Amino acid sequence: MRNGCLAMQLSRDDLLKAYRLMRTIRVFEERVHDEFEAGRIPGFVHLYAGQEASAVGVCLNLTDADFIGGTHRGHGHAIAKGCEIGPMMLELFARKDGLCQGKGGSMHIADFDKGMMGANSIVGAAVPLAVGAALASKTLRRGSVAVPFCGDGGANQGGVLESLNLASVWKLPVVFAFEDNGYAETTASSWSIACKDIVNRAAAFGMPGVQVDGFDFFAVHEAASQAIVRARAGEGPTLLDIKTGRFYGHHEGDSQTYRGKDEVQRLRGDKDCLSIFRKKVMDAALLEKKQLDAIDGEVEGLIEDSVKAALRSPAPPPEALHQNVYVSY
Amino acid sequence: MARILTMRKALSEAFRQVMEEDPTVIMMGEDIAGGMGAPGEQDAWGGDLGITKGLIGRFGPERVLDTPISETAYLGAAVGAATAGLRPIAELMFVDFMGVCFDPLLNQAAKFRYMFGGKTKTPLVVRTQIGAGFRAGAQHSQCLYPLFAHIPGLKCVIPSTAYDAKGLMIASVRDDDPVIFFEHKVLYDSVSDEVPERPYSIPLGEANIVAEGDDVTVVALGRMVHFARTAARQLAEERISCEIIDPRTISPLDEDTILESVANTGRLVVVDEAYPRCGFAADIASIVAEKAFRDLKAPIRKVTPPHTPVPFAPELEDAWLPSPEKIAAAVRESVKA
Repeated sequence: MRNGCLAMQLSRDDLLKAYRLMRTIRVFEERVHDEFEAGRIPGFVHLYAGQEASAVGVCLNLTDADFIGGTHRGHGHAIAKGCEIGPMMLELFARKDGLCQGKGGSMHIADFDKGMMGANSIVGAAVPLAVGAALASKTLRRGSVAVPFCGDGGANQGGVLESLNLASVWKLPVVFAFEDNGYAETTASSWSIACKDIVNRAAAFGMPGVQVDGFDFFAVHEAASQAIVRARAGEGPTLLDIKTGRFYGHHEGDSQTYRGKDEVQRLRGDKDCLSIFRKKVMDAALLEKKQLDAIDGEVEGLIEDSVKAALRSPAPPPEALHQNVYVSY
Repeated sequence: MARILTMRKALSEAFRQVMEEDPTVIMMGEDIAGGMGAPGEQDAWGGDLGITKGLIGRFGPERVLDTPISETAYLGAAVGAATAGLRPIAELMFVDFMGVCFDPLLNQAAKFRYMFGGKTKTPLVVRTQIGAGFRAGAQHSQCLYPLFAHIPGLKCVIPSTAYDAKGLMIASVRDDDPVIFFEHKVLYDSVSDEVPERPYSIPLGEANIVAEGDDVTVVALGRMVHFARTAARQLAEERISCEIIDPRTISPLDEDTILESVANTGRLVVVDEAYPRCGFAADIASIVAEKAFRDLKAPIRKVTPPHTPVPFAPELEDAWLPSPEKIAAAVRESVKA
């Protein structure tokens, strides 16, 4: 497994941005957990807390012109790709001014202006879509890349395996970011992935595969950076196998009885990507504690404001029922 | 002098013209050129039935893409590419193959514009062969368009003539919503009619009144339009006048033309080659029963196959299909009632 050295190409601004994004995802998710429990958020919610270094490590290498496809656990992908927090929170609360006008929700949050092709509640479905975005980039000579995120569960979908092959056959600028958080719902990836790791599949599809410690922002960032440079240069796709873990259940309400005793506690204690990041940058004297603490405070305020705004915003109007589709029966 | 083309030639011309007018139009599918990576002839097939032959030579392999047999991946890629600036025309060789790859259309393309609050468009055409008559058996002969019409957000086109095929294809490619374009395999070469050389489009959602008449309204699609015309010629000799309506697209559906015709005739026969349960014929019957009940002078009649898979034996397949004789019989029953 690839461990990250402190990527020296990252400026202090980059480091601050990375930390801010990861902290934003964490606080967003912790707050959504509370708001959902209080019954203020409708529908299904899947939290990304614990996996922040994966989305941010990948997306910090991308611009708005690059595409990502998300999973049902998609809030982290959206935030890392630059979606605005206010409209995102409004969307989760099913408000009129949500990112998708309250018609998408947690599992279908998208912002094409930011290259976010959508969280996707069909497991593995974003992968062929992102391959198509890469095809568009290649055909139109845009030089952009596409990164489909996919969990260990999605890794076993036929369409995902087809997509790995197709991207290689067409030599497309794709970086397949597999996030192995240990569980597809309740099923362990150590059981459901027949080979040892997802990374072992890369060779079968004629592409390089890199396994990285997904709790280490620097490891993810470095591996993604190399894969993205390779894709932009027209050298074809790469598979990233990002080993990570989630702090919450599959969905909100999951009793998690399938998990080991103290497993989540150990993850939070030893594998918290935010703590790991803080230690690394402070030990190397790249950032100071007070800078990081200041970000923590700002993020708390941002999330608090977004929830307050969501609570006082209106629901979509009745006429929205018939809008944005070709027939109105 | 009138230019008469087969539906095959009319479609080929439409592909060439839309690709010439818009560099973002690409095509993809299995063997749409053919011979990819093989030692022999390139562009070996030009599609399973030769409809796309010559396009790779004209537009190159970056715009005419052969795919591995991976329908989920390439239909999904076509949907994704449509959201990212291209106008893909993806071929699914036979509609029967939808069983292995429905998600990109069912849950992705159909939903995006609505589910993302109008934030994106998905200008995609999926073209696919439908229909019985080739003795191809249960897995290569279905129509299945009711499955797609059931899904809000997908547009469904079923042309019956060469003229309609070209104009509807051009309209479909220019449309910003996902369009499923159903081509009846028997019609490619059995139908020829006048087709202008210039590019033209036929709006999606406008029915064609194929023949005017006063006694019975006959609604039919695709190959069934031709069966209805044959039946109508026979019935004309019996002094029964049929008004034949070809909706051409079933999503969106031109209800008004059907309802206006029924208001005049008071009688409706719906002919369809798709399975009868929860199908197109049942849908039209329910719309007319609900909205034009007081216009009806007789019970609505449906002429469809039985609710069985398509059989292989020629005798059985012929018996399975609707026929001009079955249509004529239904019209006579309607007039007598």
